Amino acid sequence: MNPLLPFEWVLATRFLREGLLQTLFIIAGVALGVSVIVFMSALLTGLQASIFSTLLDFQAQIVIKSPTEAPRSLRQAPGAEFATRVQPRAQRPRSLDQWQKVRDTTLAIPGVLVVAPVIEGAAFIVRGDANFGVGVLGIQTENFLRLIALKDKITAGHAELGSTDVLIGRDLAADLDLTIGDKLTLKAASGPSVVLFVTGIFDFGNQGQNKGSVYVALRTAQSLLGLPGAVTSLWVKVAAPFDAEATAQQMAAQPGIQVESWIETNAEFFKALSGQTLSFFMIRLFVGLTAALGIASVLVVSVVQKSKEIGILRATGTSRRQILGVFLLQGAMLGLLGSVLGSLMGWGFLVAWRGFAVNDEGVPFFTLEAGPVLYLVVALGATLVGVLSALFPAQRAARLDPAVAIRG
Amino acid sequence: MAELQPPPPTEPTLRLEGIRKSYGTGTAHETEVLHGIDLRLARGEFAALIGPSGSGKSTLLNLIGLLDRPSSGKIFLSGQAAQDLADKALTQLRARAIGFVFQFHNLLPAFTAVENVMLPLLAARGRPDAAMRQRAEELIDRVGLKPWGHHLANDLSGGQQQRVAIARALVMQPALVLADEPTGNLDTQSANGVFDLLREVSSGGTTFLIVTHDPRLAARCDRVIELVDGRIESDQATVATQPSDDLAPGPARPGQPLSRDRPARSPR
Repeated sequence: MNPLLPFEWVLATRFLREGLLQTLFIIAGVALGVSVIVFMSALLTGLQASIFSTLLDFQAQIVIKSPTEAPRSLRQAPGAEFATRVQPRAQRPRSLDQWQKVRDTTLAIPGVLVVAPVIEGAAFIVRGDANFGVGVLGIQTENFLRLIALKDKITAGHAELGSTDVLIGRDLAADLDLTIGDKLTLKAASGPSVVLFVTGIFDFGNQGQNKGSVYVALRTAQSLLGLPGAVTSLWVKVAAPFDAEATAQQMAAQPGIQVESWIETNAEFFKALSGQTLSFFMIRLFVGLTAALGIASVLVVSVVQKSKEIGILRATGTSRRQILGVFLLQGAMLGLLGSVLGSLMGWGFLVAWRGFAVNDEGVPFFTLEAGPVLYLVVALGATLVGVLSALFPAQRAARLDPAVAIRG
Repeated sequence: MAELQPPPPTEPTLRLEGIRKSYGTGTAHETEVLHGIDLRLARGEFAALIGPSGSGKSTLLNLIGLLDRPSSGKIFLSGQAAQDLADKALTQLRARAIGFVFQFHNLLPAFTAVENVMLPLLAARGRPDAAMRQRAEELIDRVGLKPWGHHLANDLSGGQQQRVAIARALVMQPALVLADEPTGNLDTQSANGVFDLLREVSSGGTTFLIVTHDPRLAARCDRVIELVDGRIESDQATVATQPSDDLAPGPARPGQPLSRDRPARSPR
C-alpha cells in the first residue's frame, strides 16, 4: 500500500486491478472513442484551415470600394412623373475618392494589419493574332505581398514588379506559350496599350485565377486604364479573420465608401461550414456518450459483484462518502487512462494519415495538427465524463445496506 | 465526531431496552421479528447467543452492530445512546465501538491479510502509515498468521481467513466484538482453533457476543442467551467451562498470558 495514497485511492486502484480484464476492455473502449474524437477534431480544424487558406489565398479579408451606383430617377417636381432615368456609367472602373485618406483612417482602426491600394480593370493580351481577355490588378508589391501570399505561389521567376513587368498565371502561360522574360502586349478596351515582360508565373491551384488575372505595378495599371493616381479598391488584412465582419462594420462608418468582408462575400460557404461543424460535434457527442455508457455499465456490474465487500467495508467503519469516492475515482481513472491511450492512438492515426493523404507530388492535401491544448481538453473531458458516468453506480454502492449486502 | 465517553463503572458495554423490530412496516405483510428484548452485557463478558433458525438471532445481531435500526427500543453502547444517531455518526460509532466477525465473505480478496486488518484504521484515518501497518502486523502475529501476513486473503484457508477477521475485529480496540457463526463453515479442527483464539483474545476486557447453533461451542462460553421466536427464552451462566477437544490447547482464562508462540496452522 502506497503511503501517499488516500484510502479511496487504495481501494479504487485495487478494485480496478482485481477486475483487470473488465478494466482493460473498458479502457480500450474509451481509448478508441477518444482517438476518434482526437482524429476528427484535428480533421475538422485542418479541413477548415485548408479551406480558409484556399479562399484567402487570392481574396482580401476586407475590400473597401466606392459605393455602387444605382439607376436614379430624375423628377421635375415632387409627385410628378419622372423625366428620365440616369444610368450609372458602365464599362469604367470607378476610382475611390480620397483613397489616401481612407487608407490612413483604416490603418488607425485596431486590428488592421495591412491596407493595400489596388486598381482593377479589364484588358486584352495581344499576342500575334490572338486576343485574351484578362483582369488586370495593379498592385504595390511592398504592401500587397504582405496581404496575399503571392510570393509563395510563384512557380517561376519572382514576384517583384517594375513598371514594365507582369505576373501571369500558369494556365495563361501555357495557353500563350509564355515563359520568363517573354514579351506581351496588354491593351485596354479604351485604347491605350503597354508592352510588358513576364517576370513571374504564379499558380493558385485555381484555373479561374491562373487563366484570368495578371498582376502589374500600380502605376502601370493606372496609366493603362486611364486613371492616373487613382485606385479602385483598398484591400485590408486584419489580425482576426473571423472577426472581419465586425471590423468591416467599423470601417463602413467612413463616408463615401462601401465595405465588404470575406465573411459577407462567402456567406453560403460559412453556412456550409457551420453545418459541417455541427455534424462533427454530433459525432463527437455520440462517441463520448458511448464511452460514458460503457464506463457506467462496467461500474454497475462491479458494484453488484462487490456488494459483499462493500458491506464488509461499511460494517468496519467505511462511510458512505468514502464508498462514493471509491467508485467516482474508478470512473475518473478509467476516463483518464482511456484518454491517455486514446490520445496516443489518435496521434498515431494522424501520423498515418499524413503518410497516406498526399497528392502525386507527396504534398499533403492539408495539414492535420492536434496541439497540446486539444489533448489536454480531451483528457480533462474524458476524466469528467468518467466521473459523471460513475455517479449512478457510485450512489448505488454508497446506498447499499451493509446488513443486506453481507447476508447477500 | 461522536466521541465515546468513558462509561461510568456500573455501565455495561451493551444495554438493550425493549428492542422491537418489524419488517414490512405499513404493509399488509408486517411481521414483528423481535418482541421486546432487554439485555445487558458487562465489560469483558464472553457470551453466546443461540436459538433455532428464524428465531431473530441475525436481526438482533444487526441491531446491536448498528447495521440496522430497531422499530422501537433503545440501544446503549458503553452508555452512549445509538438508536437516534444520523448515518455518519452511526458509522463512526460502529467503527470505534464494534468489531465484526462474519461467517462468510469476511475479507477483501484483493488485499493481503495484513492489509485487510489495516482497512478499518485506514477508513478512520484516511491514509496508510507505518504505525497502522505495525499494529496490523502485531495482530496478525497474535492470531498466529505471521508467515501468511502478506498472502492475499483469497489464498488463505477458511480457518485462516477467520483468524484474519478476528484480528481485523480487534484492530480498533472495540468495546464489543460480534461474531456471527464464526466457525460455521469450518471443519472441527479449524473451528476449535478459531474458538480458542476468540477466548484467548477476549482476555483484554473486550466483550464478546457469539452467535452459534453449535451447543458444544455455546457451552464453552461464560453465558448462554437463548432466543426463541423473537424473545429471550433463557439466559444463564454456564456451570463450568468444558475442556476442549484434545486437538486444540485448552481455552485461555481471563488474565492468562497469550501463547504467542502458537504454531501456525498450515494452509488447507
